[in-house]
Amino acid sequence: MQRPPELQEEFAEALLQPGNPVPAGVVGPNGKAAEKRFAVYRNNVAVSLTAALKSIFPAISALVGEEYFAALAREFIRRHPPSSSILADYGRDFGDFLDAFPPLANYPYLGDAARLERAWLDAYHAADATPLDAGELGSVPQERLGSTRIDLHPSARIVRSRWPVATIVEANRSGGAMPNLSAAGGEDVLVSRPALDVIVTRLAPGEAAFLAALGAGEALESAIASAFDGAASFDLASCLQRCLSTGAFLRLLPPA
Amino acid sequence: MAGNGRAWLVEAGLPARAGVGLKAEHYHAILDQRPDIGFFEIHAENYMGAGGPPHAYLSAIRDAYPISLHGVGLSIGALGPLDGAHLSRLRQVAERYEPGLFSEHLAWSTHDTAYYNDLLPVPYDRETLDRVCDHIDQVQEALGRRMLLENPSTYVAFEQSSMSELDFLREVVSRTGCGLLLDVNNVYVSAVNHQTSPEAYLDAFPFEAVGEIHLGGHAPDTDDEGGPLLIDAHDRAVDEAVWALYERVIERVGQVPTLVEWDNDVPEWSVLYGQAQAAEAIMASVSRSRRHAASA
Repeated sequence: MQRPPELQEEFAEALLQPGNPVPAGVVGPNGKAAEKRFAVYRNNVAVSLTAALKSIFPAISALVGEEYFAALAREFIRRHPPSSSILADYGRDFGDFLDAFPPLANYPYLGDAARLERAWLDAYHAADATPLDAGELGSVPQERLGSTRIDLHPSARIVRSRWPVATIVEANRSGGAMPNLSAAGGEDVLVSRPALDVIVTRLAPGEAAFLAALGAGEALESAIASAFDGAASFDLASCLQRCLSTGAFLRLLPPA
Repeated sequence: MAGNGRAWLVEAGLPARAGVGLKAEHYHAILDQRPDIGFFEIHAENYMGAGGPPHAYLSAIRDAYPISLHGVGLSIGALGPLDGAHLSRLRQVAERYEPGLFSEHLAWSTHDTAYYNDLLPVPYDRETLDRVCDHIDQVQEALGRRMLLENPSTYVAFEQSSMSELDFLREVVSRTGCGLLLDVNNVYVSAVNHQTSPEAYLDAFPFEAVGEIHLGGHAPDTDDEGGPLLIDAHDRAVDEAVWALYERVIERVGQVPTLVEWDNDVPEWSVLYGQAQAAEAIMASVSRSRRHAASA
């Protein structure tokens, strides 16, 4: 007779592998074969995880179509089953999976769109915190401003793309029209949630590098230098204004 | 007799009324309408994020209603050890919302590092019994309270099972001191699927351990021989046959906190609320006829 350790392992493996046989000793009433019965579990796993992915990546589902998304999800689930029972954490590698999936080579923007949707859900579930008040930044003496560091809000996420990623996601979440990809440039996007609602903000050139530098703990003057490195047009005043109004800043930190 | 030498306190728990599973789709309707309802039950895993709207809405609902906490991802029947990190997240949710009770399933959902998001069956044998009891002891220690274990709905059986589901549940209760969550829909689904009698199962159920009842909808399908196979889908109203079994249970045990679960194809709030009112109507009618019988 089979011992339970082997049985549960076999059961688990067969759930994600449709080609595996029903584990020995798994039966219907009166010891009958249980192919269709076992398929209920396989189906529950596939359908419920596909639904979870669809709720995390609605724009990807709209982009590729529901049927294709279901097939894509099944492939992803087989290769990357969830590692946590908190389904809101699932799909962190979905963007990379889409990038590397050969049949989708003609849709090179899907990975970035998935990363933006993933960032949206991370912002949604991030810790609550009151963003930095503009007055507090204004009250820092001029001579100390350059060495000041700024903690980003726990919800703040940056997604950089050579595609108009925010426009693509918005169009496909709301049923709108896709942008003309050959004409449109890339978009850097800030996702934040200063209160209950998630905000998606397109950033001007240099601003993503600026925020990334602050997020890495660099002082304001060094973050400004990073911004100018990539974008001579970087405008500090309008960047700070945008960061404050979207709640991207959490608090000021003393110089390191 | 508790397996670890501790007798767990039976808590004040929930009002002996009907409640429903809390769905995000209904947050606004509940807060706007403030329905008269016994309690709301939450899936613990939906409130393990750091912050955001789920906690904001649940906190507002918790201010007005009792809450019960239902885990779906602890994997008590798993071969491997319980996930300590998950257990401590569960404790945090319990500390934050102070639920009237905590329940989990006689099932497994994880293996190695993978989570399958389904309630998978266990064989009923000594080895599984020991493991399940160890895991329940650990959960009750970590939460500092008694838990309720839910009877499963199953589609397959195991040749290696050496005892009945009821004997298995009785042993678990006696060794761990845990209580039971009697899911009447699961009783019906499993009985149809294994071609046994739901009435006979219920008549032998250890009712003294029951702290809560679950009701929910199931979907009809067919098995390998073309016979009926019911799927525990929670995607529709409670079936007439399940209402009849529920009435039979209430006649035996009196009023018990009763939850209606509806997790897929979630209907408008008024429809789900109507299901809770139907459960309360059965409790009220049974208690009226009991009073009649007593005064006759």
